Amino acid sequence: MSSVLLIKNARIVDPASGMDSPGAVLVRDGVIAEAAYGQTIATPEGAQVIDARGLILSPGLIDMRVFTGEPGKEYRETLQSAGEAAAAGGVTSFVMMPDTAPVVDDGALVDFLIRRAKATSKVNVLPAAAMTKGLAGQEITEFGLLQEAGAVCLTDGRHSVQSSSMLRTIMSYAANYGLTVVHHLSDDGLTSDGVMNEGLFATVLGLKGIPREAETIPLARDLQLAALTGVRYHAAQISCAASVELLAAAKKRNRNVTAGVSINNLALNENDIGRYRTFFKLSTPLRSEDDRQAVIEGLRSGAIDTIHSDHDPQDTEVKRQPFAEASDGAIGLETLLAAALRLVHSGQVELLAVLRAMTSRPAEILGLAAGRIAPGAPADLILFDLDYPWQVNEKAIRSRSRNTSFEGARLAGKVMYTLVGGQIVYTHSEENQGRD
Amino acid sequence: MGETRAMTSNTLGASSGDFPPFRQKHLLSIADLQQHEIIDLLDRAERMVPVSRQERKSHPTLSGKTQINLFFEPSTRTQGSFEIAGKRLGALVMNMSVKSSSVSKGETLIDTAATLNAMRPDVIVVRHSAAGAVELLSQKVGCSVINAGDGAHEHPTQALLDALTIRNHKGRISGLTVAICGDIANSRVVRSNLLLLGALNVRTRVIAPRNLLPAGIEQLATEVFTDMRAGLKDVDVVMMLRLQHERANGKMIPSVREYYRFYGLDAEKLSHAKPDAIVMHPGPMNRGVEIDPAIADGPASVITDQVEMGVAVRMAVLDALLPAGRES
Repeated sequence: MSSVLLIKNARIVDPASGMDSPGAVLVRDGVIAEAAYGQTIATPEGAQVIDARGLILSPGLIDMRVFTGEPGKEYRETLQSAGEAAAAGGVTSFVMMPDTAPVVDDGALVDFLIRRAKATSKVNVLPAAAMTKGLAGQEITEFGLLQEAGAVCLTDGRHSVQSSSMLRTIMSYAANYGLTVVHHLSDDGLTSDGVMNEGLFATVLGLKGIPREAETIPLARDLQLAALTGVRYHAAQISCAASVELLAAAKKRNRNVTAGVSINNLALNENDIGRYRTFFKLSTPLRSEDDRQAVIEGLRSGAIDTIHSDHDPQDTEVKRQPFAEASDGAIGLETLLAAALRLVHSGQVELLAVLRAMTSRPAEILGLAAGRIAPGAPADLILFDLDYPWQVNEKAIRSRSRNTSFEGARLAGKVMYTLVGGQIVYTHSEENQGRD
Repeated sequence: MGETRAMTSNTLGASSGDFPPFRQKHLLSIADLQQHEIIDLLDRAERMVPVSRQERKSHPTLSGKTQINLFFEPSTRTQGSFEIAGKRLGALVMNMSVKSSSVSKGETLIDTAATLNAMRPDVIVVRHSAAGAVELLSQKVGCSVINAGDGAHEHPTQALLDALTIRNHKGRISGLTVAICGDIANSRVVRSNLLLLGALNVRTRVIAPRNLLPAGIEQLATEVFTDMRAGLKDVDVVMMLRLQHERANGKMIPSVREYYRFYGLDAEKLSHAKPDAIVMHPGPMNRGVEIDPAIADGPASVITDQVEMGVAVRMAVLDALLPAGRES
């Protein structure tokens, strides 16, 4: 028995094709069967119909950097709870970082995660595999076997490989399998025991700073090694103006390098730390307002390709601490879209460009069929109200951890329906009362 | 009691009741204070000085109150100073030194805060190795909290006692030039002093090798020097800072002897300051590392006066935060 769903009267925004037009989409058996622009589609017999008047229909978001607590720290987040949060935020696929206990550095674990996610998560979970055993930066993992098991890319998560020769080995071996290397940028010597952006504000707070060079020096090295090895390289997340310049220059010569930015570095700056607010303590630190403007410009110019949530659940025990002793990280799956839409509402970035960075660009980088509205693509779709006003309320958070850096924030833009494989996994209307 | 009261009023001429109520609940940072509040605390401290100079060193305005000194970092002089201050004001003083492993430090902080709060103290004096820890603790307890040093952030009573010492020796604070020399990057004393002196219109200079200057310092001090002689030229006050031995091990500074050669205060370097310049040090001193023993113990040194003013300042702060009759 085939299932048919018609979404009509929508404003379709599809970054892959560059289309932004009224239209209708027909979904059959979890796959997009037809997309009609400027016209409607006759309702097939027995079809379920969503009247999307006033809503934007776009591909579901693909979040390239999400930490979960499963396996190992299920009290922080499970695949199930992360899936709930993702669905509510319009994220239909997320790349799961290998920083779990045990570390995802073995094909059997990738296989386990895929099966576990299918059984418990509402959205697609795409495991990233560790590129060094135990994320220790010493020995490479079995890239070929990890890829066969279903790993979508290689990364050491929040760890940064320090040895240039080890990185060269990783990149050339990854190129062998066509795998993308996603690398967190930290010169650990320069980062040292720094806990926030280096500068006047850190000095006033009496906190150790992290210089921008702790990011730009490894980035410059990585870009050169990427050119040397021919690997598909993705700088996990950048935060400062100098990194944008390095990327813009490298991209002129090498089409195989891309870069991401955390929504936190687009939406917030170091001043948000205020008086030691630990929810703003992040492992790529919040930088100055000038840097924030530079990464926004980088997104506009194409130097930066993707936006992700950097969703990192941490419990109160490790967050309610003196700043320097608190864990890094903030959750973000539920606020990613609305926080990114701030850039649209402020007129700084076009809607298509913002959505591209969370749909078709991640799909291209990871080689996914999703992220576009085209016949044959999986029906991972969202319908959202671009202007819907809401306020982030800690109590309404679906994630098991509550460490949001947007607590109390007033946002505009909310997902009304989330579809994964043609199935409606979230609707706003049925649960909006009292939650938002 | 009658005798005490009579003696008190005779000796001091006035009690804290003469000052308008101090509006702050905590003393967490100099940054929280207005200029008039700083001057108010200095004036209150001035009135406390005679208490410690009389035979019966008692001015029991805090009688019946409980003060807990909670020190997560070892300290002899600050803890001792707060203890004496509290006892001379008649408070019941308990000292708690918490030895904490780095792993469970924060957990200990919050847990300890809840435990101590249940004992219903009136004031907790806290020192902690992490910046912001004292403020965090103040959010978890119902009583007043005094910051006795939080990481490299602030040490407000040190800045107040330094200011009182300067005022006593120079007759004023405004318009002076004060040089602070040493490990600026890691010092909470510097931050509190720059804020306080800045609020009182002092020209501030910091002097240190570049390795020990934090980012943005030029926006916090009036002038920044790496040459000590140039930095000391015509200053009224020289404040020396302790150099932690572990910083002079080749990781930050090559050796103690090189540091002393270029940044240790000796007679020749001091000769560049005004002839009547005073020399200060928050202690504990490393003689022969940042200061020549002959200077530390010489005529320009007011280091022991600082210790005496420390007790007076802490008495004044306790008295201001816990006025008689106020229920906490």
